[in-house]
Amino acid sequence: MLLVGTRKGAWLLHGDAKRREWRVDGPHFLGHIINHLVLDPRDGRTLLAAASTGHLGPTLFRSTDLGRTWQEAATPPAFPKVPAGSLDEAGLPPRSVKHTFWLTPGHASQPGVWFAGTSPQAIFRSDDAGDTWHLLPGLHDNRQYRDWMGAEQDGTPDGPKLHSILIDPRDAAHMYMGMSSGGVHESRDGGRSWTPLVAGMAVVDGFDASVMTFHDPHCVRLCPANPDRLYQQNHCGIYRLDRPGTTWVRIGDHMPKSVGDVGFPMVVHPRDPDVAWVMPMNGTMVWPRTAPAGKPAVYVTRNGGARWQRQDAGMPRGQAWWTVKRQAMTSDTQPSVGLYFGTTSGELWLSRDEGKRWACIARHLPEIYSVEVAER
Amino acid sequence: MPARDRCKVSIPGPLLSYTGQRQVEAAGETLDVLLRDLDARFPGIRFRMVDEQDRVRPHMRVFINGAQVFDLRHALADGDAVHIVQALSGG
Repeated sequence: MLLVGTRKGAWLLHGDAKRREWRVDGPHFLGHIINHLVLDPRDGRTLLAAASTGHLGPTLFRSTDLGRTWQEAATPPAFPKVPAGSLDEAGLPPRSVKHTFWLTPGHASQPGVWFAGTSPQAIFRSDDAGDTWHLLPGLHDNRQYRDWMGAEQDGTPDGPKLHSILIDPRDAAHMYMGMSSGGVHESRDGGRSWTPLVAGMAVVDGFDASVMTFHDPHCVRLCPANPDRLYQQNHCGIYRLDRPGTTWVRIGDHMPKSVGDVGFPMVVHPRDPDVAWVMPMNGTMVWPRTAPAGKPAVYVTRNGGARWQRQDAGMPRGQAWWTVKRQAMTSDTQPSVGLYFGTTSGELWLSRDEGKRWACIARHLPEIYSVEVAER
Repeated sequence: MPARDRCKVSIPGPLLSYTGQRQVEAAGETLDVLLRDLDARFPGIRFRMVDEQDRVRPHMRVFINGAQVFDLRHALADGDAVHIVQALSGG
């Protein structure tokens, strides 16, 4: 099943075993902005949807029957109430959650635990499968981190975000996350405290890379087959980091110069840590954020970023000006890995052979914000 | 529901999924208490209108007996008409 979050609601696409036939189920929450819709792989039936509208406050919806019925979370992510006229724990004006942007199920050993990344940047945790949420104060209460998060003008157009919450499959307390803006950070204590991990990452020309606020990781992924390897699609390039190293290597330098290495999503192979995919976009001049030259393509590396190969068979040959957002590209774990992406123009694309050939399996959806695979 | 400070509350379309009806009753000596009473009966509705710092969200408007009110501490009297309105904009 594919879980598709869009600017106007959510859709579920039920596929057959061969991934050839897809039955569309939706819309769910028509009119709601669904930033992320994710399955709990630990029980195979709980879905969480991060929802808001253009006008109502944010909330989360939960399903415990794979989307047949939904309930609203009893206590969605929200910052602690600060008395009127007072400052918060970091000595700054109190914040309110604009929307939940990212959802990550917790470690396999912690059923019911989920993490949420919000706009503005914060991490919330749920211990009851997403029904109630509490703030992890390590970032919110830390004045240094709050300064690194920057002001409104430093964030993405619809608000600065915390995303890419990653959990080491070997250690539930070992986590990573990204902030746009604010850099990549690591925790060894389950998210209570964090350490920057930005060495080697570039920032926009003219800005100082030593200032955390200027770092904008778009999407960070951890390789399931080697949790010591991370890949990152950044506002300024594609990177790889092999732990315990702490310096990112810009593997995007090996992309064709005419295409560049700017984009939003990054996808890693479920079994081969040398294989990863990106969807480049035009990051020149005024940053159109479209497919470069109107010719969309996925690029794959099969050697950790030393070389990249274009994969566009089946995609439009030109005049296609969409792009793919950071949660809107993913893979399954089938023997021949399936890749999926959703476009800003509401198309859903599939490759059943690791990117060699592509087919459009749904059109005319609203702008797609997230695509996740729910495998049982 | 207490007999005093009972108000008729009109609900905007975007919040009908909570109440199921355009007009409901709620009680409270202030707008804040009234919205909490509403939330007790229709869980989750308050946070869609008011953020965690007790700020009325952008585009939400509350009229009491026809006059717009911005302060949640606004006192209510029995029989007041509370109109919750959403100023929709954008695409």
